[in-house]
Amino acid sequence: MLLNDGIPRAEDLAKVTPTDERLKKGPVVIVECFQEIPCDPCVKACKRGAITMPGGINDIPLVDFDLCNGCSLCISMCPGLAIFVVDKTWSEDRARVLIPYEYLPVPEVGQSVTGMDRAGKELGSFEVVKVNSGGKKNKTWTISIAVPQELAMEVRGINV
Amino acid sequence: MKTIEILVIGGGPAGLCAAISAASLGAKVLIVERDEIPGGQLVKQTHKFFGSEKQYAGDRGIHIGQMLVENAQNDPNIEIWHASTVLSIYEDGVVTVEHEEKHTKVKPEKIIVATGAAENFLGFPGNDMPGVYGAGAVQTLMNVAGVMPAKRVLMIGAGNIGLIVAYQLKQAGVEVAAVIRRSPVIDGYLVHASKIQRAAIPILTRHTILHAYGDGKVEGAVIVKVGEDKKPIPGQEIDIKCDAICLAVGLSPLTELCWQAGCKMAYISELSGHVPIVDDNLETTVKGIYCAGDVSGVEEASSAMVEGRLAGVSAALSLGYGKGAAIGLQKEAQKELRQLRDGPMGNHIRKGLAKMEHNRL
Repeated sequence: MLLNDGIPRAEDLAKVTPTDERLKKGPVVIVECFQEIPCDPCVKACKRGAITMPGGINDIPLVDFDLCNGCSLCISMCPGLAIFVVDKTWSEDRARVLIPYEYLPVPEVGQSVTGMDRAGKELGSFEVVKVNSGGKKNKTWTISIAVPQELAMEVRGINV
Repeated sequence: MKTIEILVIGGGPAGLCAAISAASLGAKVLIVERDEIPGGQLVKQTHKFFGSEKQYAGDRGIHIGQMLVENAQNDPNIEIWHASTVLSIYEDGVVTVEHEEKHTKVKPEKIIVATGAAENFLGFPGNDMPGVYGAGAVQTLMNVAGVMPAKRVLMIGAGNIGLIVAYQLKQAGVEVAAVIRRSPVIDGYLVHASKIQRAAIPILTRHTILHAYGDGKVEGAVIVKVGEDKKPIPGQEIDIKCDAICLAVGLSPLTELCWQAGCKMAYISELSGHVPIVDDNLETTVKGIYCAGDVSGVEEASSAMVEGRLAGVSAALSLGYGKGAAIGLQKEAQKELRQLRDGPMGNHIRKGLAKMEHNRL
């Protein structure tokens, strides 16, 4: 389980996954943070107040999927690199997954990269559709890749 | 002999914050730092810090270090001696320092000990071979000196240091064979563990190292699965080829100066070893000597920074500075510390501090 190897399982993910109905409406955040640790930059990052910690900084982030518009600002603000955005409305057969990235080289738009699941297993080769720098100080990149719809909830890492 | 109002021993996150907060209230401060550059462990922390805005959460440790060092250097109330080592604290309050290759005496009115902690070692056959490193050394080689420490590393320990250094090795282009830990549960933050699993670095809990092997240097290690009793299970050995073994098996407070100064000490396992007994404002049982950071209990750097601020304010207030503001600042820092330690990850620290309180009596 998660506590033994760090790999989130279905029962963990069920707690942070939006409904199919919400996923059909457009891009939305998925905060894969399952442990009460003292950390709250995601709360400050969201301009819409979609992420809250009513009990204080040790809370697990509470996401209001109706307030979230999938803007992805929070991705590069999370010190744990635990925030992703999924857009299942990107095209009929492909979804867009936004992933935090802190390795070199940084991929370019149009390039194919290897997508990995939460256990580091390779899931295939996917097209990079957008690359956002976190800025000089932040240094965390947000890489958008287009993946088959059925892999939108599986791909969480890339290898360039 | 140099006289100074407050002597801060150690220029890491706790010491820098202590000096800055004391100086901001008007006290004259001298920081003595053993290393060539101040900043302590922050100089190699390329990852983003946790915590909240007040502890610079979301900023990288290296940037927090640069900011604190600049603030201290630009403060006319702060003097910094680097490459200088405090040797002893004498009964009459005189502190001796090796400074510019001379044995120098300093007479401070107050002392803040912020000496930090040292890495623990691990006993196993072959641990004396070149290629067995502490995680701190690996981080210094990579992130400070820009030297690749190895090609393939076995990481022992799945606390935050083991997980973070494994990630930074991968960022530096070094392969990490595995992160292993004897206990069944990862004790670092799970987000760090998830991040390295996504990068195809396996985390093997319930595994321990049996021995390292190699011809004059590390060429591999044999690890083994352990049972419920934490003992190796015969037949469950795994041979791992690697040219370095990195140890991240905990830290111990660096308390020699506290012992020497006659501070009351206690062994508190939750705080990682023998620690000086301090009060709510971080003053030890020797009046005028304060402690901040890992020296009085190993914790995250965010807590060390807040402790530094608290000790700095308390020392300045005891000299008569900051009347009016200081008590509010102390309360604010104490509140931040309570918040940082409030969750399940702070359980052991809260338990350790309860023992410390008991030892005060």
